[in-house]
Amino acid sequence: MSLSSLDNLYRQMILEHANQPHHHGNLPTADKQIELRNPTCGDVLELAVKLDDSGKIADVAFSGTGCTISQASASMMTDEVIGKTPAQVAEMVEAFSEMITAKTDKDYEKLLGDAVVLEGVAQFPARIKCATLAWKAIYQALQEGGHEHE
Amino acid sequence: MVKKISELRADFPILDQTVNGEPLVYLDNAASSQKPKQVIQKLVDYYEHDNANVHRGVHTLSQRATQAYEATRDKVKRLINAPSEREVVYTKGTTEAINWIARGYAQKILKPGDEIVLSYAEHHSNIVPWQQVCEQTGAKLVYLDLNKRGQVELADAKQKIGQKTKLVSLAQVSNVLGALNPIKEIAELAHANQAIMVVDGAQSVPHMPVDVQALDIDFLAFSGHKMLGPTGTGILWGKRELLELMSPLDFGGEMIDFVELDHSTFKEVPWKFEGGTQNIAGVIGLGEAIDYLLSIGLDQIQAHEQALMADVLPKLQQIEGFELYGSPDPKDHLGIISFNLAGLHPHDTATVLDMEGVAVRAGHHCAQPMMRKLGVPATARASFYLYNTQEDADKLVDALQKTREFFK
Ligand SMILES: Cc1ncc(COP(=O)(O)O)c(C=O)c1O
Repeated sequence: MSLSSLDNLYRQMILEHANQPHHHGNLPTADKQIELRNPTCGDVLELAVKLDDSGKIADVAFSGTGCTISQASASMMTDEVIGKTPAQVAEMVEAFSEMITAKTDKDYEKLLGDAVVLEGVAQFPARIKCATLAWKAIYQALQEGGHEHE
Repeated sequence: MVKKISELRADFPILDQTVNGEPLVYLDNAASSQKPKQVIQKLVDYYEHDNANVHRGVHTLSQRATQAYEATRDKVKRLINAPSEREVVYTKGTTEAINWIARGYAQKILKPGDEIVLSYAEHHSNIVPWQQVCEQTGAKLVYLDLNKRGQVELADAKQKIGQKTKLVSLAQVSNVLGALNPIKEIAELAHANQAIMVVDGAQSVPHMPVDVQALDIDFLAFSGHKMLGPTGTGILWGKRELLELMSPLDFGGEMIDFVELDHSTFKEVPWKFEGGTQNIAGVIGLGEAIDYLLSIGLDQIQAHEQALMADVLPKLQQIEGFELYGSPDPKDHLGIISFNLAGLHPHDTATVLDMEGVAVRAGHHCAQPMMRKLGVPATARASFYLYNTQEDADKLVDALQKTREFFK
C-alpha cells in the first residue's frame, strides 16, 4: 500500500501541532494537576488547569512524552477547552471519544473545533489510546479533582 | 530430514498473507513466534482423535492423551540437556515459572537482609515476582549494570554478588537489546557464594543451544509460544533437589496422592506442581514444536539469525537518524534490534511500518527500568526468527527509509 493512507492519520495540522505544541509547559498557579500514563507504551502526560472565578477554564498546560498523535491531540485539546465550563468539557471529551470509536452524524466540529482532524485515528485502532490520553486527563482533572492546589 | 532454512517458510501458513496491501514481514518474534503447520496439525489431531483428561482413566483415549502429554517432558529434556525429564515442569509460560520459583522456593528460604541480584535489563516478569518476595521476607534487590555491549559485566557482578546474595536471576538474552549474558561465569560466582542461579531463557532457548548442565544453573524458565509452540505453554526446569524443596502453588486435583479430611500428601516432582487439568493440547503442541526446532538444529537457527544481523545492522545504521540501543556489533544481537528514528516516537514509526506490512513492536517491552537506563520512554524493536529472510530484512530497511521520508 502506498503511504498515502497515512495522510488520513497524519494530517498537516496534526504534524504542526505535534512539532510546535500549544500550551506546552506548566502552570505555577494551577488549581488542578494530574499525571496520566499510558501503561501500554510508557507515555506520560502531565496536565495543569487554572480556573477563573466562575469555574471556567482560564488556562491549561501540558507536558510529558508521547507520539505525534498524543502530542497533537493534547495540544488541540488545550486550544479547545479554554473558556469552557467543566460540564462543557465533559461533553467534549465524550464527543471526542465517540468520534474516533463509534462515530455518529453529530456535528463534531461544532463541539471540538480543530480537533476534528483527529477523526482519522478511527482507522488506526492501535492508536486510539494515544489520541484519547489528553482528553481523559482533562476529564479526570476536572471531575475527579486531580490534586487540588491551595 | 534436515530442512534448509530457505525451505521452511512454506511451513508457516500465516506468513503467506498481505497486510495493508503489502506482503507480511513478521518481525515481532520476541513477543510471540508464529506456528508451523506441523504444530497446528498436531493440535487438530489431538482434538480429533485423542482428547481426554490425563492421568485419570483406564480408557484408551486417556492413555493416549497421557502418553503424548508426558512425552513432551522428554523432548524438553533433550532440548536443554536436562539430566532427567522428571525435572521438567509444565507452566503457562516464563512468567508463571518465575513466580513459582519466587513464591514456592525463594520465599521459603529468604530472610531479612538477604539479597536477590537482578540486572537493569530484566523483563518485568523477572522483576515483579522478586519485589513481591522481598515484601514478604525483608530481602533486598540488587541490580547489575550493563556494559557497552548490553551485557552484565563480570567485574560489576563480582562486586555485587557476595555473602548476602541468596539468589541471582538473569535473562540469558535481553528482550530489549538482544545481548547474551555470561551465564556460566555468573552461575559460578553465585555458587561460590552459596547462591542459587535462576535463568530467564525466554529469548535464548528459542534461538540458540542451551545446555543447563554445561551452564551449571539451578532453574531455567522459558515460554512455548516464543518457540513455535502454542500460547499458554511454558517450562520450568529445576535441579531435582531444589524442586523437591519447592512448594506447589496450585493445590487441588492431579497433584495429590492421598487426601484425608485435614491434610493431604502430594505427588512426586514434577507432578506435584501441576494442579488441576493442564493445558494438555498445548503441551502436546509444544512437543511438536520442539521436534521441529531440533530437526533443524538450534545451532543452525542461531547461525541463520546471526547472518541476518550481520547483514541488516550495517544497513540500518546508514539510515539517517537511526539510533541503535545496545551494541553496534551484530554479534551482540541474538535476533533482536531495538532502535528509534531521531525525533520520531516509536509508535509513529511502527504505524508507518505496519502500513508497509512490516510488524514490529513499539513500547517499553515490559522493561521499564531498562527504558529508564536508556533514557527513552520507549523504543521500536525488530526481532527475527528462523523463517525470516534477507528480503524481510531489506523490507525493514526500505520501510524505515520511507518512514523518514514521510515525516520529513
Ligand atoms: C526475557 C523475557 N522474559 C519473560 C517474558 C515473559 O514471557 P511470558 O509472557 O510468555 O510469560 C518475556 C516475553 O515477553 C521475555 O522476553
